[in-house]
Amino acid sequence: MNNIIASTALKARQLTDEEIHEIEHEKTHYPYAQAVGLEALKIVQKYQGWVSDESLLAVSEYLDIPPDDLEGVATFFNMIFRRPVGKNVILLCDSVACWMLGCDDLKAHITSVLGIEYGETTEDNLFTLIPVPCLGDCDRAPSMMVGRELYRNLTNEKIDQIIADYKAKA
Amino acid sequence: MASITIDGKVFEVDEKNNLLQECLSHAMDLPYFCWHPSMGSVGSCRQCAVVEYANEEDQKGRLVMACMTEPREGARYSIAAAAKFRAQAIESIMINHPHDCPVCEEGGECHLQDMTVMSGHTYRRYDGKKKTHNNQYLGPFINHEMNRCITCYRCVRYYKDYAGGTDFGPQASHDNTYFGRWQEGPLESEFSGNLVEVCPTGVFTDKPFSKHYSRKWDLQSSPSICTGCSVGCNTNPGERYGTLRRIVNRFNDEVNGYFLCDKGRFGAEYVNSPERIPVSMTRDSHNSDPVQIEPALAKDALKKAAKGAVAIGSPRASMEANYALRELVGEENFYAGISANELGMLNKIIDIYQNKPVNVASVKDIEGSDAVLILGEDLTNTAARLALGVRQSAKNLGRQMGADLNFPIWHDAAIRQLAMDKLSPLYILSPHTTRLDDIAHTSHISSAENSAKIGMAIAHAIDASAPAVEGLNKEEQALALEIAETLKSAKQALIISGTSSLEPALLDAASNIATALHSGNSKANLALVCSESNSMGLALMMQGSGKSIDEAMSAGAKTAIVLENDLYRRAASAKVDAFINSLDQLVVLDHLKNRTGEQANLVLAAATFAESSGTFVNYEGRAQHYYSTFKPDSNIRSSALWLSDKHFNEITADCAAAIANCAAILELTPGENYNFAGLKVPRQHHRYSGRTSMRANINVHEPKQEQDEDGVMVYSMEGVPAIKDAAVLNSPWVPGWNSNQSIFKFQEFAGGPLKQGSKGQRLIANNSTEKTWYEAGTSDFSAEGYKVFPVYHLFGSEELSAYTPAIQEKATSAYVSLSPEDAEKLGLKASDGVQVEHNGAVPFVVRKAIQPGTVGVSVGLKGLNFQDMSAAIALDKAAEWKNPDLWRAANIIVSDKREERVD
Ligand code: SF4
Ligand code: SF4
Ligand code: FES
Ligand code: FES
Repeated sequence: MNNIIASTALKARQLTDEEIHEIEHEKTHYPYAQAVGLEALKIVQKYQGWVSDESLLAVSEYLDIPPDDLEGVATFFNMIFRRPVGKNVILLCDSVACWMLGCDDLKAHITSVLGIEYGETTEDNLFTLIPVPCLGDCDRAPSMMVGRELYRNLTNEKIDQIIADYKAKA
Repeated sequence: MASITIDGKVFEVDEKNNLLQECLSHAMDLPYFCWHPSMGSVGSCRQCAVVEYANEEDQKGRLVMACMTEPREGARYSIAAAAKFRAQAIESIMINHPHDCPVCEEGGECHLQDMTVMSGHTYRRYDGKKKTHNNQYLGPFINHEMNRCITCYRCVRYYKDYAGGTDFGPQASHDNTYFGRWQEGPLESEFSGNLVEVCPTGVFTDKPFSKHYSRKWDLQSSPSICTGCSVGCNTNPGERYGTLRRIVNRFNDEVNGYFLCDKGRFGAEYVNSPERIPVSMTRDSHNSDPVQIEPALAKDALKKAAKGAVAIGSPRASMEANYALRELVGEENFYAGISANELGMLNKIIDIYQNKPVNVASVKDIEGSDAVLILGEDLTNTAARLALGVRQSAKNLGRQMGADLNFPIWHDAAIRQLAMDKLSPLYILSPHTTRLDDIAHTSHISSAENSAKIGMAIAHAIDASAPAVEGLNKEEQALALEIAETLKSAKQALIISGTSSLEPALLDAASNIATALHSGNSKANLALVCSESNSMGLALMMQGSGKSIDEAMSAGAKTAIVLENDLYRRAASAKVDAFINSLDQLVVLDHLKNRTGEQANLVLAAATFAESSGTFVNYEGRAQHYYSTFKPDSNIRSSALWLSDKHFNEITADCAAAIANCAAILELTPGENYNFAGLKVPRQHHRYSGRTSMRANINVHEPKQEQDEDGVMVYSMEGVPAIKDAAVLNSPWVPGWNSNQSIFKFQEFAGGPLKQGSKGQRLIANNSTEKTWYEAGTSDFSAEGYKVFPVYHLFGSEELSAYTPAIQEKATSAYVSLSPEDAEKLGLKASDGVQVEHNGAVPFVVRKAIQPGTVGVSVGLKGLNFQDMSAAIALDKAAEWKNPDLWRAANIIVSDKREERVD
């Protein structure tokens, strides 16, 4: 039908085989396709780094969930990224314990080193900085995560080291 | 019933309702946001808090949400004790709410304003920054101003859960919570306009109304009836400075309840159209220019023309206008202005309603049914409000599951969780997919004739004494058995069909099925939809005669009087041309310019529903009265008053006396002697402003208040408004409740029927218990070419609303629908057009679920006259094709199922 009717609407991205494979696996865990929505978004994000409109549409079509429903899920959870992020996402805790132990200064330091504010990505696309509430690591505050790694008892020096390590890995 | 104590007073309450509803029913002012009588409770806004005490000794009690509380026998509650909590709750709600009231279109009828004042939060302490949001373009009907949102979630519960919309939802969380579409664009639901009334604040407002906005208290209004289709939803039009400004819902427990469709709400501005006929006009010959003629002379000319004339009535004109025309020319010269086929179908519907053992279903009955069969009617496009009703019926299985587990019926979230995707059975037999497919157990694609056959087989399977049919394939035989079993085992089955398919056999089948289901005291619900606001009334007027437009055109008269009717919508163009050419004189009474009126020798400027009073009879045979909202310009009169010298009430009375079944139309108004302490019911609010100044540019003398037709209401703020239990309930208002929520003060209980009825009058009595059958037809269709079936559009197919700019934006030009196979056979590409035999070329859409060999032809859209189609037509690829300017494929939303979307 689509080749007969011309369309200007946004087009879904083709999901990759890995994505489809993992989504299919998740489907076996739930009685309703709706319930797989969040897992599918996580899978897409795992492979694409973030969830673009085209990806959202792809999941919506694949699971037959209206894009509006999926957008509700995607935007409800802070860790589903609906905008492109850098290769490494820095999640700096700004909750009570970390705040008492100086997370504001750490933030200022990161900003001066990388030149990005909260919600921004470095030009080389290596880092995105995002604040998070309590990482459950208050006894070793201040804390942050980079990707899936937790870093604790932070100081400016430690942060310099961490950033340097990630740059070296790139 | 349970007996409870609230703030020291004892009340008898229904423990099946929640405490909030009972407090409201007992006339207490308890604030709320998220509860809605049609949608139940979710307890999200925390505004209806009260204190519940554990026992007699308990002094402290605990906070509970009244909307989430089942009243317990003997329990003690306090509204007063939770006052502080409610004030705090609203203060936190208001933190992000802008100081917008003076520029907000909700202002003056805002539930949030009312509740804020009621809760005692009258001073703002928060002076920090407020969260702001982007607004979206949501199409021609609705404005979006997200900053005003108080996150009560009513919009989502209405749009998605109640109305079945899929293109809208909540996004993000806490301060960022947002209600809108995932991407900007027109809302797709045909019921989106109700957001305006459902949202307690000014997030969603009426966009066409914005263009000529006026405060609620400055609008003159009256009880009225929608002219959009045969459902007859009750409306409340508002006027200012001589133009119709908007339509809002008027509650009628049995018909529209709290909700209208978007055609009803946004389709009435044809009243202000530049295409209106502003003055009466005459001309000597077809070729000369029309000249204006004074009303008195026009009326004389009309009377003179009446002698020996044929008169053509109208399914969109009032009973009074049709009757006055019949009186003017004599019964023998009066013809229904509809085709022989349609008139025959309407006569059949009356026969079924009268003589078959069925229960004629109101919208409320539809909502209460637990198994539904739709035969060949695309409800969303032909009688939209019924489609919304069917959607509610699908939820009855979930409610039953809840009831079995002793869940309170109002516990919306719990029942939805419990039911998940379990729905009461809905079967649809139709030549194409419909917007109800998403809730249908089965949508079977089949031509109207074949659907009628399946219907006959269903009836036969339920009751073997009903006639059997031949010629169904195996699959369809099995389907018929399955549907028969489902309907038989339902508590309250419902059959829906109607005239839009143009196939009388469908009515026979619907009648047989409903008849077959009759046993003992139980009767099946049956709803047979007609095409226009007074189709049923016109058919009643004809009293079984078959005098259709075809007969009128071959009567050989030299003069014809046409009442509010464009003949080209009723018969083939060539026939109408020949008829008009054979006349010496054509007289037309209408509101808007059309192809018939353009050829008239005498045109009388007729008032619309907004400027006149009258009676419409809806698809159920329910007569309802509409009061004129405002006085038209002196050149415009209601058709009834052009056609008769009698007082309006006399015309109604004569019609009631002369026409079988119509006696009750006299009881629709309290009568011209109605008054309260000598005063009538005002059309204007007591706060109406500018009375002495609004005409000062014309004349500083205020004109005398003019009498209206009914003698019940006045065009003034003087009088006694219908407080609490009046028969003429205009725009509802009570002190402290300026929004539409005030309606509960006029209901028997919150959400219940209005005190003193005003539901209209069912005209067609039925006590039949005898089972009689229609025979199965034998017609086997065979003709060369593609078999034509009609396709309707909620926006654009109906004649009058199509003159409204907002509706035009949602409509499209004429087109044909084809199956993918046929599109390929014709060698069509996206950019091509289709040549329709004898009818020029139009764009096309491909729809998967159309039977090859059939073609859907749009009805009423610009560019093709459905009346000019034969039963089967030849199609070709059009040479040299360019899509017309009015072509908007994106407006064709045919199904909720993804694979069926045209995009
Ligand atoms: S938009 Fe209106 S109805 Fe929807 S949550 Fe906000 S205030 Fe409530
Ligand atoms: S369903 Fe029919 S009567 Fe009701 S609002 Fe819509 S067009 Fe008007
Ligand atoms: S406050 Fe930072 S980890 Fe708990
Ligand atoms: S009305 Fe009870 S919590 Fe909203």
